[in-house]
Amino acid sequence: MDLDAVLLARIQFAFTVSFHIIFPSFTIGLAAFIATLLVRWRITGEERFQRLAKFWTKIFAVSFAMGVVSGIVLSYQFGTNWAGFSKVTGNVLGPLIGYEVLTAFFLEASFLGIMLFGWNRVSPNLHVLSAVLVAIGTSLSAFWILAANSWMHTPAGHEIRDGIAYPLDWFAIIFNPSFPYRFAHMFTAAYLTTSIVVLAVGARYLVQKRFEEDARTMVRMGLGMVAILAPFQLVIGDLHGLNTKEYQPAKLAAMEAHWNSNEPADFILFALPNKEQNGNDYEIKVPIPGLASFVITHDFAGTFKGLNDFKPEDRPPIAPVFFAFRVMVGLGMLMILMGAVGAYFWVRGTLFQSNGYFKLMQHTWPMGFIAILAGWWVTETGRQPWLATGILRTYDAVSPAITFNAVLTTLILFVIVYTAVFSMGIYYINRLIDKGPAGAAKEPPRGQPTRPLSAAEDATREAIIGAN
Amino acid sequence: MVEMASGEAMATWLPIIWIGLLGAAVALYVVLDGFDLGIGILFPFSPEEQDRDVMMNSVAPFWDGNETWLILGGGGLFVAFPMAYGIIMSGFYLPVIIMLLALVFRGVAFEYRWVSKPNHRWWDIAFAGGSITAAFMQGIILGGLLHGLPVKDGHFAGGMLDWLQPFPLFVGFATVAGYALLGTTWLIMRTEGEVAAQAREQAPKLLLAVLAAMTIVSLWTPLSEPRIWDRWFTLPNLFYLAPIPLLTALAAFTVWRGLANHHDNAPFFGTVALFLLGFAGLAISTLPYLVPPTITIWDAAAAPSSQLFMLIGTVALLPMILGYTAFVYWTFRGKVKPGEGYH
Ligand code: HDD
Ligand code: HEM
Ligand code: HEM
Repeated sequence: MDLDAVLLARIQFAFTVSFHIIFPSFTIGLAAFIATLLVRWRITGEERFQRLAKFWTKIFAVSFAMGVVSGIVLSYQFGTNWAGFSKVTGNVLGPLIGYEVLTAFFLEASFLGIMLFGWNRVSPNLHVLSAVLVAIGTSLSAFWILAANSWMHTPAGHEIRDGIAYPLDWFAIIFNPSFPYRFAHMFTAAYLTTSIVVLAVGARYLVQKRFEEDARTMVRMGLGMVAILAPFQLVIGDLHGLNTKEYQPAKLAAMEAHWNSNEPADFILFALPNKEQNGNDYEIKVPIPGLASFVITHDFAGTFKGLNDFKPEDRPPIAPVFFAFRVMVGLGMLMILMGAVGAYFWVRGTLFQSNGYFKLMQHTWPMGFIAILAGWWVTETGRQPWLATGILRTYDAVSPAITFNAVLTTLILFVIVYTAVFSMGIYYINRLIDKGPAGAAKEPPRGQPTRPLSAAEDATREAIIGAN
Repeated sequence: MVEMASGEAMATWLPIIWIGLLGAAVALYVVLDGFDLGIGILFPFSPEEQDRDVMMNSVAPFWDGNETWLILGGGGLFVAFPMAYGIIMSGFYLPVIIMLLALVFRGVAFEYRWVSKPNHRWWDIAFAGGSITAAFMQGIILGGLLHGLPVKDGHFAGGMLDWLQPFPLFVGFATVAGYALLGTTWLIMRTEGEVAAQAREQAPKLLLAVLAAMTIVSLWTPLSEPRIWDRWFTLPNLFYLAPIPLLTALAAFTVWRGLANHHDNAPFFGTVALFLLGFAGLAISTLPYLVPPTITIWDAAAAPSSQLFMLIGTVALLPMILGYTAFVYWTFRGKVKPGEGYH
């Protein structure tokens, strides 16, 4: 495979996986949200919780369907484009990804049917239980796939023989050094993202003066989560970064655009990293000397490895890592702010009088998704030039026989098909939200099968009919 | 000493267990998704909207469960035989990706055809086109694999269009015909009236086409590949293997009789048997090679510890999966009537 084809294969993977991750991030959180609503319904007996659960279940179904089709493509891509990856790391990563397929597909899929169609078919408690099991199933699948991904960043528990990784200790492989942080961070990210969407939808209804009782419930639940999780995410992120300093110092140096390891680092807000000069152009810093050192080493005079410590061929691309990191952290700060402001109004008892706050909040729904994509771009691009740190370089991982034209053709096909198919799905979700929870109490017709995806179709049909 | 011996035994037996599991997953996939892909292949021949509704309704509850086996097959190959996974997926790069995209289209068409009524024409096309394309690509992959793949240093070493040859293309057409036969016999079993009547008319022609294709493949492969010839036509193999063609003839006869005597179920189950026997024949021709003509299941196997670790989970979960599948089929048994629908 020639170099340009490798680049195209990377773009193709980045495109398909970025598309995919949007949906899991939302369904992981939403499954838990729906389960919570149903549990509250069983405990309090209040009908609005059930109504809200039905409403969000439809959105869940559409999103889940898109997660499934985009995920199937991913699992085959490991072989089509990255045959070297399968060969070198297959012994270790195969079972981890295998377990994700098993748990995701079969635990989720089995109970999903009941969760989506079981409203009249099974007892309420069994129905609530299945929603809880679906939430656990999505978390389990996240567990396995993140274990696999973390191992690529910080491999452990294996040995290399003839250039191929062999497992020695499964516990060490699964709980590799970056896994606990990545799992906690990603999990919180998914919940945060969903909470923001719930808050934004509630805010939208309040501004429009529709479904106000339901909207207040959504706002309280969404806002409460954001106020708690956003600061929590900062703490986890900080710990995550400390771990990165330990195991992937080149990535951390790229995140901070930090070149010299012998001087403390200032906190750079903006800069254009310059590879030729080994330095930054147009730096804008926070005027507190050594702030970045303080964040990373917890000491203003502390030092940490800079990019100059690494040979150019061992450095990740600097600018994308640097900017994506700022996008993520910036959005994280905004989330803390919006949670704090909302909590302040809430404590004062004036939350539902502040229309201005909701006017702003209704537009916040994409924040979590953008932060998640930015975070993954930091992590994955920062891992370059390695695919599995210290074991396998990205350029050695591609399928040798794949040609430029072949990758280009399929990349174009992916872009066209994804854009067409998924923009329809997102359009339908938006229609559903426009329509609101009022129609959610409608019962599914008798004889409807327990087929996961048909709820999506029901939901979309309703979205269209409802809009007419 | 003991440990070493058991290590060797594991390295010998685990790949055999895994190829059995994978073979079962692929066989299940071919039969299960075969009949619902077949419905899509038959779509262009039933222009009436109401007939198409019934056809789609007859598979609606099952299709995505059926497709799961494709993932289990692909995932299982990655887990148990990562090297073969890399070789096969990159060797059939374009067919695999086109198949996946076709399945995306087809999957969405299932959902959106109903939503877009009365403007569902495009989704009819997406459904039929996606089904035909996916089936054709699967046949190409199968045919290409039988043909063998050039391998160097554990990687595919051929060209991107190597599969564009008479034999894989022939198997591609044969697969489309085979799935269509499964589709017609499924419709005979599960529907009534116009749709079932038309399926009864189509089935015998498709049966003939499939039998012809099976015969051609059974002659073409041994004649072009000496190793396949040796596998079938040397003694004592000839005796052991003779039941396969005999049983195949019996299965074909069952389908034929079932069609002639207006049985509802016999044609479908006969066709399933036909498929499974064909599958067994291909396995006999190929094993122990996973990527003929060089890579055996032992060459391609993951480390024993990896295969064992995954085997534990699979053995624990597989019964649940099968139970769930059976439950779904049981829940939706019986004939689908026009108008009464799932939708
Ligand atoms: C943080 C979690 C997470 C991450 C990083 C990924 N996925 Fe995923 N994936 C899920 C969480 C998830 C999920 C929650 O389980 C999904 C989302 C919606 C759904 O249907 O299940 C899913 C669906 C899903 C499916 C469809 C099967 C199913 O669950 O129904 C496959 C085959 C994959 N994924 C494979 C992958 C691969 C190969 C990834 C690596 C790049 C990947 N996913 C990243
Ligand atoms: C789901 C969220 C994820 C996102 C958004 C994401 C994003 C990316 C991006 C942007 C790249 C390209 C990096 C570059 O080439 O500069 C990439 C590469 C890659 N990622 Fe991820 N990634 C995700 C999760 C995963 C997981 C869970 C795995 C494996 C278990 C994985 C495996 C890979 C592989 C094999 C490549 C290609 C080789 C490489 O460039 O390193 N990714 N990903
Ligand atoms: C508020 C301050 C935050 C800090 C200090 C922070 C820190 C980090 C660090 C250091 C990494 C890279 C770890 C590595 O690969 O070595 C990372 C990755 C990531 N971040 Fe953040 N983060 C913050 C906020 C957020 C927010 C708000 C979200 C999303 C809602 C988010 C989502 C992600 C994701 C999805 C990844 C990639 C997966 C992973 O490695 O965990 N982060 N974060």
